Amino acid sequence: MRKIKLSTVLFVAAMAIYVFNVLGILGTVVLNSTSKGWFSGVFPTHFTTEWYAYAANDHDIPNLLAVTFTVVLADVLIALLIAFPAAYALARHEFRGKGLLTSLFLLPMIVPPMAYGIPLAMLAYKVHVAARVSGVILVNLVPIVPFMILVLMPFIEQVGSNLESAAKMLGAKRLTIFRRILIPLTIPGILTAGILSLVKAISMFELTYLVAGGKSQTIVVALYADAYAAGARPPQAVDALAVIYFLIAMVCLVIALRFVSPTQMVFKLK
Amino acid sequence: MKDFKKISVRRMTKRFGDKTAVHDFSLEFGKGEFVTFLGPSGCGKSTALNCITGLIPITSGEIWIDDECIDDSKSQVPPEKREFGMVFQNYALFPHLTVAENVAFGLKLRKIRGAELAKRVDDALRLVHLEGYASKFPAQMSGGEQQRVAIARCIVLEPRLLLLDEPLSNLDAKLRIELRYELKALHERLKVTTIYVTHDQTEALALSDRIVVLRAGKIQQVGSPEQVYADPANIFVADFMGYRNRWPAKIQSIEERSDTLVVRFGSAGASLEAHLSYPAADPRRAALQAAFASGSPVITAVRPEDIGMDDKAGNGIRCHADIVEYQGNASQVSATGADGIRIDFRSSPKVSEGEALSIFVAPGKILLFPADNLDPKQGGSP
Amino acid sequence: MKGASRRGLGFLLAPAIVFVILLFVYPFAYGLFLSLTKEDGSFTLSNYLNFFASARDFRTIWVTLQISVPVTFINVALAVPFAYYMRRGLKGEKIITFFLIIPITLGTVLVSEGMLTFMGPKGWLNQLLLFLHIVKEPFRFTHNYLGVVISLGLQGFPYAFLMLLGYVSGINPDLEKASQMLGANKLQTFWKVLFPLMVPGIAIAFSLNFVMAFSVFPSAVLLGEPSGPTRVISIAAYQWAFEKFNFNAASAISMIMAAIELLVISLILVWRARMYKGASIVGKG
Repeated sequence: MRKIKLSTVLFVAAMAIYVFNVLGILGTVVLNSTSKGWFSGVFPTHFTTEWYAYAANDHDIPNLLAVTFTVVLADVLIALLIAFPAAYALARHEFRGKGLLTSLFLLPMIVPPMAYGIPLAMLAYKVHVAARVSGVILVNLVPIVPFMILVLMPFIEQVGSNLESAAKMLGAKRLTIFRRILIPLTIPGILTAGILSLVKAISMFELTYLVAGGKSQTIVVALYADAYAAGARPPQAVDALAVIYFLIAMVCLVIALRFVSPTQMVFKLK
Repeated sequence: MKDFKKISVRRMTKRFGDKTAVHDFSLEFGKGEFVTFLGPSGCGKSTALNCITGLIPITSGEIWIDDECIDDSKSQVPPEKREFGMVFQNYALFPHLTVAENVAFGLKLRKIRGAELAKRVDDALRLVHLEGYASKFPAQMSGGEQQRVAIARCIVLEPRLLLLDEPLSNLDAKLRIELRYELKALHERLKVTTIYVTHDQTEALALSDRIVVLRAGKIQQVGSPEQVYADPANIFVADFMGYRNRWPAKIQSIEERSDTLVVRFGSAGASLEAHLSYPAADPRRAALQAAFASGSPVITAVRPEDIGMDDKAGNGIRCHADIVEYQGNASQVSATGADGIRIDFRSSPKVSEGEALSIFVAPGKILLFPADNLDPKQGGSP
Repeated sequence: MKGASRRGLGFLLAPAIVFVILLFVYPFAYGLFLSLTKEDGSFTLSNYLNFFASARDFRTIWVTLQISVPVTFINVALAVPFAYYMRRGLKGEKIITFFLIIPITLGTVLVSEGMLTFMGPKGWLNQLLLFLHIVKEPFRFTHNYLGVVISLGLQGFPYAFLMLLGYVSGINPDLEKASQMLGANKLQTFWKVLFPLMVPGIAIAFSLNFVMAFSVFPSAVLLGEPSGPTRVISIAAYQWAFEKFNFNAASAISMIMAAIELLVISLILVWRARMYKGASIVGKG
């Protein structure tokens, strides 16, 4: 006797169309990267791993992966060190100019990377960190820190400040409170912010593109260079690299969803 | 408002998975009555209320208004069409609308506009003493004021049934009393049929025409405030209505008189006598006889205010005082008697801590119940 | 005590302040400076004037707006019903959410490559459409405006959805019940109660999504027609910087981009302020 609501039908239909397209896009790329001579028909006829081998030869994949992971992890860790205290200060304290300061911190997210990216790249060249991993790490910090502040703030707000007061009354010193109360309780927030930033960092293209050199490229940049230079290499090899990129990001996302539920994974701004 | 004579809830049950929140709930009440669902947290009173509004679908049973069935668990009249009004514990005022717009919300939905709209909103605000607040926003108002807006928002629509879900719980003690008076005054004036949910027996006694006491989803007793207060149906209701002295007892003898049952029993280290005014065919007589016959233990129920130091009352019990709380005209004393039982009573003459004393209870002020799993102290919850 | 806590506050904020000034404010200011000077360092407005004078370049503003505004609208408009439907939790919500946010992990290149094949004339999508007789001949999804819009839509939707989901689930559920009891059906409750309360969340989702869409770069190149119909403003900036090596002109274009984005965001904030003149509390009990 359960009635089927119109809203359910619409929802299921919308989901179906969406998932079909998303999986279709993904599937085509995966299949392309593992097949040979797929020109028509619904499925390819031959399967092969030669494209991955090609990509491996073409790019120094270990180096690419190493650079990507180094950059991304370094960015997330450094950003955490900068963003966490700032998020804490903004979440807990009221002070003159707070609105202005908050806007300032969040500005890098609103301004297009190109707007500060080109001068930032020029500066990077000036201080000789360009075309090096350290330069890539540095420039990518700029969009990540505000993002992290945004994600962390509601989590810190959730941990009521009276918990800290209680600890103080029990005699705990600042650092102890920080270490044994605040951090453990904000671990979900830290994880969420960290992993979301990780996924975002992997995808960040413009800034790395402007600053990286041959050996300091991240996967996304190498990928784009390949795709842009269309014709210079077989598209299936590009697809292979794209799938590698996707797998990395997907692993991160799955890890994220294990720890955090969807409704927590969001930022609430007043 | 579509007129009606009575609302009848028949064997309403609500299950969540394999947990039964409301069990076989049957109640009939008439237009203009003020009924309270009373019970501790988790007893199902809010669930029962929400089932009646239609916000929660019922698992089985029926709800009727006169001869129209509005819910038979297979199909229901949706909440928005029942012409009921609901006041929530956390007010649920629309934060983006002013007080006047909140109150006008339902009217606008019914296509009432212009001068008539303005007049009805004004009248409603005046009824709850909030003239002049029309253009304020909920966030600018105190809890008590917000709750009054919530009430105005409902009654402006002249609902057939007004349902209030612990509306005073979020308010401080002083406001609670104030608003309680206002609710009573409103009910006297408007005579809106009301269902009120609370865990506070003072509110229930003060406001209701009838009280429904609930525990673990089951109705324990339905009666007028006087009935529930003076004649609780079982040990649970007694405990909830303030009969705090529950001592284990063993019946020694029972004497059946025409309108009283005289029971002699041993408890609190003494031999005591209770006069229970049960009519001749009252099943409770049989229950006590059965307990006596099988030698099962029973439990007393005595109010602290019915225990005193005047030996003319009879039924003396020896104890010594542990904690004495001075409360102005009398003291609240917690004492320990034989076998470590606890005795709570009020005393005008001053009592010191540690003092050994004798307290007395009139036989007509002792209730006796068979000891079964309804005793809250034994932690009986199914 | 006050002095100590203010010092503490300073310590907490210092790293972020230093960071934002060194790595953002300074480069941005430098970029501004560049945009207002010639290569020899002398002051000029020519970078800006040349941009507005060149039809080919000036067009890019319109082209980019034409792409980014509709995409953002669609993303947010689609995210709202999804978030609304899932606001109280759903069976299997984790799986559903997982599928909805997969595009975050795909990356622009994969989406572009994937679309070229999947939505190409011989791809699965067209095969399906032909099979279902929805179209008579393969529909052109790629190498055009539509391709860029779809690509941006797919990549932006997850963010809009996540933002709105969090926001909607924070609205006090009793407000919906109250609305129902007052006589409103589901649709009326949505428009009169939920939507107004979602406005702040929608404003943010729209702003952030718009920024992402307006600065579109890789998608426009790979999936569009970068030489003409989908030559977006970031392409123009890039070309001036790395093909013509005129960093002054490129900076000017970047500043114009920033200005337009700030303008649109201000408009959104104005809209939000007008819709939500009430309290800032979202009614969470």
